[in-house]
Amino acid sequence: MGKTITEKIFDAHRRDNPTPENVILDLDVVMCHEITTPIAVTDLEARGMDRVFDPDKIKVVIDHVTPSKDSKTATQAKILRDWARRHKIRDFFDVGRNGVCHALFPEKGFIRPGYTVIMGDSHTCTHGAFGAFAAGVGTTDLEVGILKGVCSFRLPKTIKITITGTLPKGVYAKDVILYIIRQLSVNGATDAIMEFVGPVVDTMSMESRMTLCNMAIEAGATCGVCLPDRVTAEYLWPFIKDEYASLEMAVNDFAQWHSDADAVYWKELTYDISGLVPQITYGFKPDEVKDVTEMEGRPVDQVYMGSCTNGRIEDLREAAKVLMGRTIAATVRGILSPATPQVYNQALSEGLISIFMAAGFCVTNPTCGACLGMSNGVLAEGEICASTTNRNFNGRMGKGGIVHLMSPVSAAAAAVAGHITDPRKYL
Amino acid sequence: MIMKNFSGKAVFLDRSDINTDEIIPAKYLTENTKIALQPFVLEDLKLGGFDPKRDVLGKGVVVTRANFGCGSSREHAVWVFEVNDINVVIAESFARIFRQNMYNCGMLAIELPREEINILLGLGDDVEIAVDLAKGELTATGDKTVTCRFTLNEFDRKLVEAGGWLTYADKNY
Repeated sequence: MGKTITEKIFDAHRRDNPTPENVILDLDVVMCHEITTPIAVTDLEARGMDRVFDPDKIKVVIDHVTPSKDSKTATQAKILRDWARRHKIRDFFDVGRNGVCHALFPEKGFIRPGYTVIMGDSHTCTHGAFGAFAAGVGTTDLEVGILKGVCSFRLPKTIKITITGTLPKGVYAKDVILYIIRQLSVNGATDAIMEFVGPVVDTMSMESRMTLCNMAIEAGATCGVCLPDRVTAEYLWPFIKDEYASLEMAVNDFAQWHSDADAVYWKELTYDISGLVPQITYGFKPDEVKDVTEMEGRPVDQVYMGSCTNGRIEDLREAAKVLMGRTIAATVRGILSPATPQVYNQALSEGLISIFMAAGFCVTNPTCGACLGMSNGVLAEGEICASTTNRNFNGRMGKGGIVHLMSPVSAAAAAVAGHITDPRKYL
Repeated sequence: MIMKNFSGKAVFLDRSDINTDEIIPAKYLTENTKIALQPFVLEDLKLGGFDPKRDVLGKGVVVTRANFGCGSSREHAVWVFEVNDINVVIAESFARIFRQNMYNCGMLAIELPREEINILLGLGDDVEIAVDLAKGELTATGDKTVTCRFTLNEFDRKLVEAGGWLTYADKNY
């Protein structure tokens, strides 16, 4: 019987089987940020267990509220900073070098095919785009990960999602994943892996694959995953060129992780996206999704461009195509937060930042801030935000605020129009 | 470490897909102690007639619908119950991370079929629930008394008996 990519990764990392249904995995990477890690750190200290299993396998960033906005967030940052220094964790990213974790860590080449990865952050599923098993966990799992380098999981079951056809104009990975969540519902993939395959995924960039995997959690999934291929190897090449004699050898090596032809899946779904129109959320759950044409004319107060879903260079390039030579509506506050310093720099050198600013956008430093209503763009009661983020929960971007999730291009179009509109007319 | 208390008055949250941001909004995640979360439990819950200040006080067990705790990985959503002396959530189903966080803290996330949740919700406003972990049984007493059987994943049971994942992991790995 064949195996899925995730079953192969589990086999390669199995430390223990405490029961037939549960497995303890050895971890390749434990990632930490300042919201969920400090309590793990202080608890380890209180227990007299202030140790780390391997400082080189721990990656740390301050990203949710940065630079710190008040004494409490400054304290969180300080706990993390002191801890990283104390344990000689080299990969620690502070103000000036920091960015949204799920955009920053892939850029640094930390995630490789076949890896096991955890973080105290639900969008850790993003890193499955590299052919890794990457799962969001709570603070106790994180704490054990830091201390012991292990984490417990139930045996994986996988939904194979084959995406066929070709992406129509104005439709992007964000629209595809919103459409899939619309079909699956917010718990359609609970306890499962969403394995994305097919010709559409094959031709997607790593940025698009990350967008796809990023929102797997919104259908309840443990992880999203794409099969590592030439696109993966090319993205990682600067980091792996000393390990492989040629790109071809890396591609061949990565293929060891591909799901077998006779692998057994829990479910198999196929979506032809050739006729897909831009997708947008309307309610307070990520599965409450409509075609953008059904929402035409709904006014927006704020447009937010950024986050671990859609704050990467490809997203900024596509949105800039809409904004070029246009200005955003007088009633709209436009906020751009490039997800990392590298994205910011690249956008500067390509002239994208100028396009955003000429259109009337405010450009903030890289941070998660506004996405979860913590800083840099919190909504007031009753305000509506067109957002490229991943959650439209009640109060998510500010108490009483309303969030509509969409692609960067749809968000740019909403900014220009002052209301939700079909972005295709701007392309 | 001794096991936590698994009984108490029930608070009914008759809605599916209650997410972590409703249980504890992100703006409170800047707190560096668990106890500081206590006043903010279920502050943003979208549920008609529900008042967290009034309805959570003195309760020990949450009874709810499907996909409870979906969304964020924040363990704060578990701690905020713990510091309000609620150590049990009974639901039709849970989001994975929330469920694991419960067991990791030595708390109980019990799944019951919809029909049994319906029965619990029909017992009136004043319902006392007692969980017998060894028997895999819970007894709910309101307008009448009902008993429901439940099963736990064996590993999750070990975590509860150990008082949580850290203690278990430190002993075994």
